[in-house]
Amino acid sequence: MTASTLRAERRLRRSALGGRTDWWALAMIAPAFIGLIALYLVPFGTTFVKSFMDVPVFGPGEFNGVDNYAKLLSDDDFWRALGNTALYTFFVLLGIPLAIVFASLIHQVSRGQALYRVLFFLPVVTLPVAVGMVWRFILNGDFGLLNYVLSLVGIPGQYWVADDRFTIYAFAVVGIWMGLGVNLIILGAGLQGISPDLYEAASLDGAGRVKQFFSITLPLLSPSIFFVTVLTTISAFQMFDLVFIMLGSVNNTALQGSQTIVYLFYEAAFVQFKQGYAATIAIVLLVVIMAVTAIQFRLQKKWVTYD
Amino acid sequence: MHKKLFLAPAVIAVAALLAGCSGGGSTAGGDGEPVTITYGIWAGTQTPAMQEIAAAFEKENPNIKVKVVESPWPEFWSTLQTGAAGGTAPDAFWMLAQQIRPYAEGGQLLDISDAIESEGVDLSNYPQAVLDLYDQGDGKIYGLPKDVDTNAVWFNKALFDAAGVEYPADDWTWEDFRSTAKALTDADAGVYGVAAPIDYQSGYYNTIFQAGGQVISDDGKTSLIDSPEAQAGIKFWTDLQADGSSPTLQQLSDTEAETMFEQGKVAMYMSGAYWALKIYDNKEISADVDIAPLPTGKKQATVSSGITNVGYIGTKHPEETKKFLLFASGEEAAKIQAKNGAVLPAFKGTEATWMAAMPEFANLQVFVDALEYSVPLPVQGNAAEWQGLQAEYLTGAWTGEESVADATKKYAAAIDEVLAG
Repeated sequence: MTASTLRAERRLRRSALGGRTDWWALAMIAPAFIGLIALYLVPFGTTFVKSFMDVPVFGPGEFNGVDNYAKLLSDDDFWRALGNTALYTFFVLLGIPLAIVFASLIHQVSRGQALYRVLFFLPVVTLPVAVGMVWRFILNGDFGLLNYVLSLVGIPGQYWVADDRFTIYAFAVVGIWMGLGVNLIILGAGLQGISPDLYEAASLDGAGRVKQFFSITLPLLSPSIFFVTVLTTISAFQMFDLVFIMLGSVNNTALQGSQTIVYLFYEAAFVQFKQGYAATIAIVLLVVIMAVTAIQFRLQKKWVTYD
Repeated sequence: MHKKLFLAPAVIAVAALLAGCSGGGSTAGGDGEPVTITYGIWAGTQTPAMQEIAAAFEKENPNIKVKVVESPWPEFWSTLQTGAAGGTAPDAFWMLAQQIRPYAEGGQLLDISDAIESEGVDLSNYPQAVLDLYDQGDGKIYGLPKDVDTNAVWFNKALFDAAGVEYPADDWTWEDFRSTAKALTDADAGVYGVAAPIDYQSGYYNTIFQAGGQVISDDGKTSLIDSPEAQAGIKFWTDLQADGSSPTLQQLSDTEAETMFEQGKVAMYMSGAYWALKIYDNKEISADVDIAPLPTGKKQATVSSGITNVGYIGTKHPEETKKFLLFASGEEAAKIQAKNGAVLPAFKGTEATWMAAMPEFANLQVFVDALEYSVPLPVQGNAAEWQGLQAEYLTGAWTGEESVADATKKYAAAIDEVLAG
């Protein structure tokens, strides 16, 4: 057999095989794919088109070019919301080192690991509305638990969720608390993937706990850390529920200064009935998240170890 | 084997998707076939009364079932908006005057004027001010009011007694109100004379009209909130803040004024009749609560509004829905609301039943009397939008960081922009 017939035969076999599996593959991914198209791609397409239109709440709209974008970029509310969102995201990311420490501690516990994981996971499966309500009570300026505790040690209380100097930090604390559970599960799984032999070898070489943590745990956990960082960033940029619930009503004096981008979107779409403008906000948020995620992927080459 | 196992969820998902697509056509209600209509309301103390109204309607119309669907206040509007755009809004639902405009303009509401004519409904049974609020000037009638609200001053007699202050007289003035609030305030004890939030309907709109001002011009095109009269009406509230007679805006953001009143932290709370049942049911405070008319400025005035029952244009059962809408705003439904104390019904002649439902509140008549000097709530244009801007523009005036004149000037410009829209 010559080389060329061999190649042809291989090609033939591959395509025959491909033909058969293609149908199966298509059938198998069809439900997910139809869902993807119907629930994500089509809405995304309409949102993108609407972002170039002036759309009343009911009925068709008309194209107005890049007016929405021009208006958004010159809107002080947008820049403040972007700043708030970025600040919130930064603080929520500080929860990741916390999650790493907790995950390592739980990993070292010999009994009851599951119990600890469940305890930390509870906030994740609790209704955000309930979480927001409870924290609103804790952070209440006059009757709140936090101010009471602070008063015991002589620190003056603040209106944590009614003064826009503090609201973002209040959101961040709750955001970290709510996200800790998921991060713990992912990082915990990452820790379990690290071979105990490495620690054994390291301690034989005389490396202490701290040295082991920085030389073995952190580098080998870095793919998981990268993963939770990307996820946390994306969800933090989309934060809406905490503003909506913890600030309670539109009459909250802190609301104006505490808006996040998605809250701005909500207001445009559901209060001001400006669907085109709301679509523009959504698209810009998408671009921002894509840019931040791209930067993260660029940077990961410098610190994430894959092997 | 494995392949089949994997496929099972996929098949189910596809089936569900297909079923979802075809589900729409199966509910055509023919003659004699029972149909179900939904009635969307926001959650609160009125739900039992609404369920009773639905039951009474079903009894009269065995072929129509009414399902009361309640959702929390802020979600009510976002759900309604997406529901109307997507064809899934309730058949009948509550509407507010400050929200109706986009729905009416967008052709989302059922015109029930034909049913009103054929059933011979007498519109003079309803307060004209509330009917006017919902009149979009297009010759159509989208619904009839189920209730009406006016404002008065809820006050806590125990706090008046403790401070040795006389109860408000029926003809009290702005000066009386301010000095009473001051005298009642005991900041060390955490007790305030009054709650002075930035609140349009139960707050500064009333005083703007009392001062002889207006919020929006008669032609609906410009805001008059920066006129000297309107500024005086707003200064009424900023003065209370400046005196320290009210919790700060931050305190009122953390704990709403009505809650503070129920907690006995605030002695006077200017607001509507719609709180009656909630306060009445709070047995820790209800025995101490009484009602006084609003103080008089240049004249007596209160803004007035009411919830109207409207129908969705996309309903599959327009005739049944119209029938229910007329019933839900009719005399029998009004009596059910009144008997439950749910709210002051719009239907004339049922006020006494409402008052009798809460016998310990001797002065509920104040709310009924206020109808005589009531003015329609200003709701021109996309009112929900420009009213929603109030905190952004007026906070500075309330905290004293900005003059009332400057704040109202900027707010008026912002309102004008929305009205031009």
